[in-house]
Amino acid sequence: MAESHAHAHEPHGHAHHEPEGWFKHYFWSTDHKMIAKQYLLTGMLMGVVGAYFAYVFRMQLAFPGKPVPGYGMVTGADYNALITNHGAVMIFWVAMPVLIAAFGNYLIPLMIGADDMVFPRLNRLSYQIFLVSAIILGASFFVQGGAFGGAWTSYPPLSAKAEYNLTPLGPSLWLIAVALEFVAFLLGGINFVTTAMNARAPGMKAFDIPMAVWMIVIASIMFMASVGPLVAGAVMLLFDQLIGTGFFDPDRGGDPVLWQHLFWFFGHPEVYVVLLPAMGFVAEIITVFSRKKLFAYKTVLYTSIGTGVLSFFVWAHHQFIAGIDPRMANVFSVTTVLISIPIAEMCFVYIATLYGGSITFSVPMLWALAFIGEFLVGGVTGIFLGASGADIYFHDTYFVVAHFHYTFFPIAIIGTFAGITYWFPKMYGRHMNELANKVHFWITTVAFNGIFIPLFILGASGDHRRIFDYSNFPELATPEMQAMRVFATVSLLVLLAAQPIFLVNFFYSMFKGKQAGANPWNANTLEWQCPSPPPHGNFDVLPDVYRGPYEYSSPDRADDFWPQNSPS
Amino acid sequence: MVKPIATTRSATGVPTGRLAVWWVIASEIVIFGGLLASYVMHRLGHPEWATYAAHTNPWAGGLNTLVLLTSSLTAVLAHNAAERGNGKRAANLLMLTCVGALTFLVVKSFEWYHEISEGFTITANGFWSFYYCAAGLHGIHVIAGAIIMLFVAADARKNKELQRVELIGIYWHFVDLVWIFLFPLLYIAK
Amino acid sequence: MLEHYMKQGSSYASHIDGLVWMIFLMVGFWFLFAEGMFFWLLWRYRKKPGEKAAYFDEHAEHKIKYNWVEIPHRLILVCDVALIVGAISVWTEVKISMPQTDETVRITAQQWAWTFQHAGPDGELDTMDDITTVDELHVQLGKTYKFELASKDVIHSFSVPLFRLKQDAIPGRVITGWFKPTLAGEFDVQCTEICGIGHGIMPAKLHVDTPEEYAAWLANPSHYLAYHY
Repeated sequence: MAESHAHAHEPHGHAHHEPEGWFKHYFWSTDHKMIAKQYLLTGMLMGVVGAYFAYVFRMQLAFPGKPVPGYGMVTGADYNALITNHGAVMIFWVAMPVLIAAFGNYLIPLMIGADDMVFPRLNRLSYQIFLVSAIILGASFFVQGGAFGGAWTSYPPLSAKAEYNLTPLGPSLWLIAVALEFVAFLLGGINFVTTAMNARAPGMKAFDIPMAVWMIVIASIMFMASVGPLVAGAVMLLFDQLIGTGFFDPDRGGDPVLWQHLFWFFGHPEVYVVLLPAMGFVAEIITVFSRKKLFAYKTVLYTSIGTGVLSFFVWAHHQFIAGIDPRMANVFSVTTVLISIPIAEMCFVYIATLYGGSITFSVPMLWALAFIGEFLVGGVTGIFLGASGADIYFHDTYFVVAHFHYTFFPIAIIGTFAGITYWFPKMYGRHMNELANKVHFWITTVAFNGIFIPLFILGASGDHRRIFDYSNFPELATPEMQAMRVFATVSLLVLLAAQPIFLVNFFYSMFKGKQAGANPWNANTLEWQCPSPPPHGNFDVLPDVYRGPYEYSSPDRADDFWPQNSPS
Repeated sequence: MVKPIATTRSATGVPTGRLAVWWVIASEIVIFGGLLASYVMHRLGHPEWATYAAHTNPWAGGLNTLVLLTSSLTAVLAHNAAERGNGKRAANLLMLTCVGALTFLVVKSFEWYHEISEGFTITANGFWSFYYCAAGLHGIHVIAGAIIMLFVAADARKNKELQRVELIGIYWHFVDLVWIFLFPLLYIAK
Repeated sequence: MLEHYMKQGSSYASHIDGLVWMIFLMVGFWFLFAEGMFFWLLWRYRKKPGEKAAYFDEHAEHKIKYNWVEIPHRLILVCDVALIVGAISVWTEVKISMPQTDETVRITAQQWAWTFQHAGPDGELDTMDDITTVDELHVQLGKTYKFELASKDVIHSFSVPLFRLKQDAIPGRVITGWFKPTLAGEFDVQCTEICGIGHGIMPAKLHVDTPEEYAAWLANPSHYLAYHY
């Protein structure tokens, strides 16, 4: 690295900073990398909690009425609380903190060649609010009446009145936790967007920004634009719960369907808020491991913006049969089906990137490819639900459950594993064990399909959601259907059994893994051009940028990669 | 804390602070937008709410509009002073803006006291729920803005962080603008 | 395809199933095409010693983009149009249009039971001979019914998988719709919107009776008198 890199107007005195205490280092740090790790570990912990919920209710479904090992008997109230908080935890406390907050914090400054976020203290505050929200959610399980059990969509009047949900405190704590989580991510989002806009390395133009950063930024903007009405709605619902207003109470001039609009106006874009970062990670990984330029960079960018914009006009497809004006359903069916065009284009572009490549099937690549392969299932099954006529049958059945798990599992779990296995050498300077990771990959992926393929068939058989015991519904309690439930549960047990392999590997490799070096994958993007793990301040000399992020296998060079900051 | 170099960069040419304030305002617009859209939808569905709205005090609301507009003017003047490097004058003008905020809140509390003692509480009916909810949310923004302004003024008096005078001014205009929407929707629409 | 998993029991069930079948063929084609291409590329371009990956400049990329993006883009648009036409026509038939109906049945949901108000022998609702039952709905084969759906407390959803019919019940509203049973027998009515801790114990029975069975049911008040109030 030539000294000419350093710009005269940018002092670089970060190598020496006074040693800090243990507390300050781990809990009060403003370093984006430490905050990212806080988010990552909190998210992983919450992931374990969410997985435990899934284990309990899947056991209850497969073996109704029998005590679940590690939990006990599952009542209807327990079951509702478990499914509600499984959904809420997995989306708000796992997918968002890990995909956006952890990776966003870790990657944005490194990938744009900066030494930190532009608002480091705001960043720390964002995590602290997030942590408080997680604690409040946890507390809601231990209050009088128990945790909230009105589904993660929290439709009033069920969620609004204790006489209906029989949990006087749970719903309010749940709502406060969710609202605080939103505040945390609004602060984080503003930080991400301004950092990516303003703190880029000299020379990094809009189309030189790695796709992962673009995607996190677009996701943050979408989050900011969509969550506002729900924040207002949450305040209204909280007032309904606590001081007895009637915003959503039909007896007092309110409208329960209003909440559904406010919720889904956020809820649908939210899917893309978590999808886009995962798509970004996959773009980084498939280019590196096929040694190919990302095919049609601008198309990826424009289709993701297009998908983002379009996703603001599809929300009512969650409400086709919810009592909205049926003519509205036609409009929303059209917009929903149209979203297939940009998403399909994006998938084709990703697949086309492999064309002409030189593909290595290393662990991050396996995860990234699994993302594409599995997400396609989630994508195409969504068409059944977006087509209003077909949704009449499929709405609120296990077909829906299987569909959105085929989108969210690739996003939140496969995308996260892709990201962790790819950036682990950067985060900790060491490699994870490859063999253990491959074993974990194959068991997880196969078992995942084992869980959710039966659920598609159950849904097609009319099996509806959120029932703790099917014995009351003769059409749904047939031995064939019960066998499929057992199969799904056994697959879940297999999937869960494989996760300790990863966790042990993760923590073991953190201290004992093979040394990785700065750029083990021979990647172009800036985060690989600084030491692993990056010191406080990230770069020895803050880099300048000379080209786009995906110049792999350029015919003009002997090396098959060309770092963004390399002058020639 | 050593300031990271990232905080000093400006790839877009817009200072980072101003950029962030605009993003804050963008996300606030959707919050108020959601609330007001819900209110308008309800209002259209409930013609009888006009009779409840008749109990609001448009004179107090009008006075408050005037107060907020004036305080926005002093915020602009504070920005001008800060641009010229006159931190002391900027601080004084910001304090004047805070006085405007205080006046607004005092008028508001008299208004609310009067309405609540007449029995128009937040649980009285849908209109009053929205009335207190929207005006209350706005009121929280007024209070938050005034508190931040005190800190900015304290710094400005020492000629420190003068760019923040502009930032709090932008935010204050936004708070003002929200009231410009609330006032006709809550007080005047009959 | 769906009839393999759930019998068709209403006049529009086969139309919904037909739509599902059409979507299945379309997305099935695209799915197999995309996955096939995906796995073929993975196999074809796996790393081989001494082979360097291709590099496409703007010009080459533009040409490939036509094949990879533009053509699928247009084909998908064509599929989308067909799909939307199918979806909207089925939706219009089931949810928007209201055919000439023979009888009206009033359905009231509450935590955690269904109340059905039948018109009784005179075929008119809100007369002295109305028959009100709990968790038991009797309809006649081949007659067209209008339903009026309401809820007393929280949101419920009236679902009869046999009919391919589902409609949320919203407190404070009466939502109407219709169905025409075409298959006699005893079937499930389900609540498909989470409605509290008893959501899993909120089934009801649907009896699609032949005219003789229906007459026998009407003639024997002991079948329903227990609920009659």
